[in-house]
Amino acid sequence: MNLRGWIARAWPAVPILAALLFTTILLVMFGASPIESLEAMIRGAFGDQSKTLSVIAFWIPLLLSSTGLLVTFTAGLWNIGIEGQIVMGAIAASWVALNLEAPSFILIALEIIAAMAAGGLWAGLTAVLKTRGRVHEIFGGLALNNIAIIFTNYLISGPWQPPEGGTFRGTQPFQAAALLPRYANSRFSPLSLVLLVIAFAMVVVALRGTFWGLKLKALGKNLRSAFLLGVSSEREVILAMLFCGALAGMGGAVRVLSWFDSLRQSISGGIGFLALLVVMLASYRILWVPLIAFFFSVVLNGSITLQLRTQLHSSLGGILTGVMVLFVLLFGDANKLRIFGKKKSHE
Amino acid sequence: MHIELREIRKHFGSVKANDGISFTLEEGRIYGLLGENGAGKSTLMKILSGYQPPDSGEILINGKPKQFASPAEALNNGVGMLYQDPLDFPPFRIVENYLLGKDGRAWLDYRAAEAELQGLAARYGFDIDLHAYVDSLSLGERQQLELIRLLAGGAQLLILDEPTTGISAEQQEKLFQSIHQLASEEGKTVVLVSHKLHEVQQLCAHAFVLRRGKLVGEADVPCSNEKLVELMFEQVPVRSVRPESQLGEPLVEIRDLTISTYRLALKNINLTLRRGEIFGLAGLQGSGQELLMQAVAGLVKPESGVITLKGRNVTGRSYHQMQAAGVGYVAAGRLEEGLVAGLTLTEHVVLAQPQYGFLVDWDRAKEETDARIRRYQIIGTPQTRAAELSGGNQQRLLFGLLKEPLELLLLEHPTRGLDLRSTDYIWELLYRRREAGTAILFMSADLDEIIERSDRIAVFSGGLMSRVVEAGKTSVEELGHLIGGQA
Repeated sequence: MNLRGWIARAWPAVPILAALLFTTILLVMFGASPIESLEAMIRGAFGDQSKTLSVIAFWIPLLLSSTGLLVTFTAGLWNIGIEGQIVMGAIAASWVALNLEAPSFILIALEIIAAMAAGGLWAGLTAVLKTRGRVHEIFGGLALNNIAIIFTNYLISGPWQPPEGGTFRGTQPFQAAALLPRYANSRFSPLSLVLLVIAFAMVVVALRGTFWGLKLKALGKNLRSAFLLGVSSEREVILAMLFCGALAGMGGAVRVLSWFDSLRQSISGGIGFLALLVVMLASYRILWVPLIAFFFSVVLNGSITLQLRTQLHSSLGGILTGVMVLFVLLFGDANKLRIFGKKKSHE
Repeated sequence: MHIELREIRKHFGSVKANDGISFTLEEGRIYGLLGENGAGKSTLMKILSGYQPPDSGEILINGKPKQFASPAEALNNGVGMLYQDPLDFPPFRIVENYLLGKDGRAWLDYRAAEAELQGLAARYGFDIDLHAYVDSLSLGERQQLELIRLLAGGAQLLILDEPTTGISAEQQEKLFQSIHQLASEEGKTVVLVSHKLHEVQQLCAHAFVLRRGKLVGEADVPCSNEKLVELMFEQVPVRSVRPESQLGEPLVEIRDLTISTYRLALKNINLTLRRGEIFGLAGLQGSGQELLMQAVAGLVKPESGVITLKGRNVTGRSYHQMQAAGVGYVAAGRLEEGLVAGLTLTEHVVLAQPQYGFLVDWDRAKEETDARIRRYQIIGTPQTRAAELSGGNQQRLLFGLLKEPLELLLLEHPTRGLDLRSTDYIWELLYRRREAGTAILFMSADLDEIIERSDRIAVFSGGLMSRVVEAGKTSVEELGHLIGGQA
């Protein structure tokens, strides 16, 4: 492959580096040492085993959601409602954990299935609102996000309140059998990694090799032509949303069953929105998605230590990721910028 | 203004759309740019008008080299292009559309803009209601509007890309008059991109001929048609002869069909199509032909009436149900309604074929695509994206994607924008379809085409369908009267 090809391949790294540079300048302006901050961040992410495992544990639900979004983005859908789908998955898994009693493996299977069903249902609602009610998925998704969050707060402060009285922060911890088996007292569950690998492989195969993937691609690029070629737009839109919602729901289950041990107020922690950024940053390059999601996880987990070590607020991690997305949107498309001169433009 | 093109080159993938083209345009002359589909005419003119940059080569205006990053920049330098599809904003009013083209102002001065528009319209004899919405205009009126916008923007060189496709004869006459006026009285330079020889002969003083990306000749016109045809095609193509064929049993019956949209109402349409019949629909754009076809295709729900196919009532069935019943539909907008610009030929073939399982067999799909590329003589590879094909090849691909066999084929402007050879080829394909018993219902803006290719013809005028006439017993004059609404 020639140089130009390599540059094109590595292009997604450019906005990341630019964002790092921008953050460095910010740090210097606030009188902090960039080297020290970077070191603190890296130590925060990989300083010891439990920290590294935290990074992975955070990465798993993030990548599950991003993987689902790959499907909806391919179909040209803006599934902003993914946040609500994660929350509904978490609620469904919590319901099983709080109300059923069974051997651990059955309980866990039930929790995952319930979470996928709830996430899928929530996404399906957005899809039907779109195809039947002509409500754009962005607006439907935002509305359902709010409803899901309000529903969580209601459950925590009402029916699922711990017996000793509501704290507004979460339910009581689930029974031990309901939790995902975790590695070395960390928040990381190997089982969730297995589920993630299966889901990601399924999506790669679906998008690259199946009729369904091709139909979604056609719909995403030109709905009208795809319809005239014989693709049923309504069916595929609903299926894509259901698929994404199910993966997001699974992500929600992983959040309550291994990151936490109970249903909490902000159970998603913004993972859905973060996943949107990950997929946008990758701009259809499937194999970049796990790497970018991992990078986000490192930055966000590392900035917690950053705050302890330096006096900088941990929102620096948020600034870094936000700036990165901004840069991607600004100059993410090498072709549009005519970086390679005029030869590349295909109009 | 004096314009010189030097060694313009542009390639898309392995296709050399422009392969070192040089020529000079003098002030106040009308030039014709001829060539068959895919010869590189549109590419060259898009380069000249700033729509896309060349790979190499120079544009000199009054001796100075210029590079245009956008059509707006080209217009600032006096180069304006009228595209085949007008670049206007349908949901806007005309004044707004006009103001949109003039940026750099914080406040919109409606009054000044209206006065300016009125003045220009009066000067060139265009009659436009400034408060109308753009989407209520016909294609011809939108062209006039776009032309005025270019002139107001200071265009000294006007490029007209196939301006007569889809407009009425009357509008064409008016357009040609104003072009003449612009060149002779105001010293504007005009380039008419066309593959219609008689237009070039009628309007232009000089013609350049492109073939496969190269300038292969030029001539002062008028000259003999044979000379231009030979330059365009190397040899004079043989025209296909319309084979006579026997009509079969009735296939499609349309009874008292009524369709209403917010724009137009079709009332009590009655029509019978027989197997192997080619039925032509004439009329100005938006007179109801499209609506009838879309209703038969299942894209528009009729208000009342009955459509039967092979004796079965299929009224109100969905588009996909009609597709399954053997109805094919090819819309006019190739990349808007039919092909997906960003998908490859192979991906199109896979989508159009019946699904055979869960995973796509890409090797098998590529073979099938190769076979269709050969059968339909498409210039491209299985990996080529639809957007990279020329207009004629896009049309061939659309026909290559249709199911085999079909009961009924509905076609909107099947040969719009295609050159002689491609047009003939498309009709050969259609004749083969009718031999196999397919009924063909098509609409066209070209009355000669309708008379030459159809068995029977109906004319639409303001939502009303005329009596059905036999193609062999009618004339352009008679159809013209019917289009005007005179029975």
